[in-house]
Amino acid sequence: MNGVHDMGGMHGFGKVEPEANEPVFHAPWEGRVLAMNRAMGYLGLWNIDIGRFSRETLPPHVYLGSSYYKKWELGLTNLCVQFGLIGDDELAAGHALHPTKPVPRTLTAAAAPKILSRSSFERPASAPAKFKVGDCVCTRNINPPSHTRLPRYARGHSGVIECIRGCHVFPDAVVTGKGEDPQWLYTVVFEARELWGDAADPTVKISIEAWEPYLEAARVGSFDERSGAQPIPN
Amino acid sequence: MQLRVRALETILTEKGYVDPKALDFIIDAYETKIGPHIGARIVAKAWADPDFKNGLLADATAAVGSLGFTGRAIHLIAVENTPRLHNMVVCTLCSCYPWEVLGLPPVWYKSAPYRSRAVIDPRGVLADFGVTLPVDTEIRVWDSTAETRYLVVPMRPAGTEGWGEEQLARLVTRDCMIGTGLALPPGAVP
Repeated sequence: MNGVHDMGGMHGFGKVEPEANEPVFHAPWEGRVLAMNRAMGYLGLWNIDIGRFSRETLPPHVYLGSSYYKKWELGLTNLCVQFGLIGDDELAAGHALHPTKPVPRTLTAAAAPKILSRSSFERPASAPAKFKVGDCVCTRNINPPSHTRLPRYARGHSGVIECIRGCHVFPDAVVTGKGEDPQWLYTVVFEARELWGDAADPTVKISIEAWEPYLEAARVGSFDERSGAQPIPN
Repeated sequence: MQLRVRALETILTEKGYVDPKALDFIIDAYETKIGPHIGARIVAKAWADPDFKNGLLADATAAVGSLGFTGRAIHLIAVENTPRLHNMVVCTLCSCYPWEVLGLPPVWYKSAPYRSRAVIDPRGVLADFGVTLPVDTEIRVWDSTAETRYLVVPMRPAGTEGWGEEQLARLVTRDCMIGTGLALPPGAVP
């Protein structure tokens, strides 16, 4: 979705302000929110992409006006309600009022160490990769109202395949209920001037990780010479 | 927020969805066990041991796994800074960060100023951190849009020849492993 979470290239947010000797958590509740997110994610009802989408769909003024862990708390609460685990009446009461809904599994203290390692997102491929390292590609101009990991600033631009990262769970499919639908994942590198125009710094390159459905072969003639790679003949 | 979060935890606990002891374990792990000291040890080893560095740059998950830290750093990619190339990592869409080797990200990494500017004005962002690179150094910004995670291997400071890994690790800051800083000069640590 073309939401405010997709911040790459926006102006007006000001300077980056690092905090000296920053604590891991600024208040105890932040740690509880982080841990609850991990523990609830472990239930197996939703994956990381659905969790991200839950935060992205917060109203723009809430997203921009909330601290990081506040957004996590809002996103988690929304997911719990959406999946029927808790009710608004329970949130208002601050206690459980309804029976527990059966869930695939829960995170016990004994199993908690497992949560410190993420599981792999790589899956067996059903077809060979369409692109190879060095290929010139074009990112598609897509604007799905649901979750996507193709940032707006990188849509409709020419880049070069720098690396093939394997076949990975495709977030766009997961969030629209189509399952994991694994797709080849590539590192695609762009010249800053391709993304931001001729005034951009010629010494800067930017890369994204792009799943194959985000890409198409660059057309001969549409190729920008700056990228230094060869277009694929049609 | 404290009350709101306590209410949510109470409901989830009463319904058996979360075990407060499991939450305690996770919080303790990120407060006391998993942090940038892990990444610093990895970088120091890469500086001191060329074979390890080659392995790290080829397959960081395997190389880091061989060191036996707490969490397995899946889909980890190490990128090396050189006099000609400076790498910098961002997640413009959310807050993707190599938790297993750097711990939880600082607030600035998750903030709108960093997420918005890193890809369009990386030299300006570096200036916010007090870092100025030569004008002809190539800057590569890695936007972590998938489950791959990036660890920057900063340049080893001059004047550290013969140093041991533990000594070297003290020069490796969190920011230099994100690419918003440089490793400390040898005189910076006692």
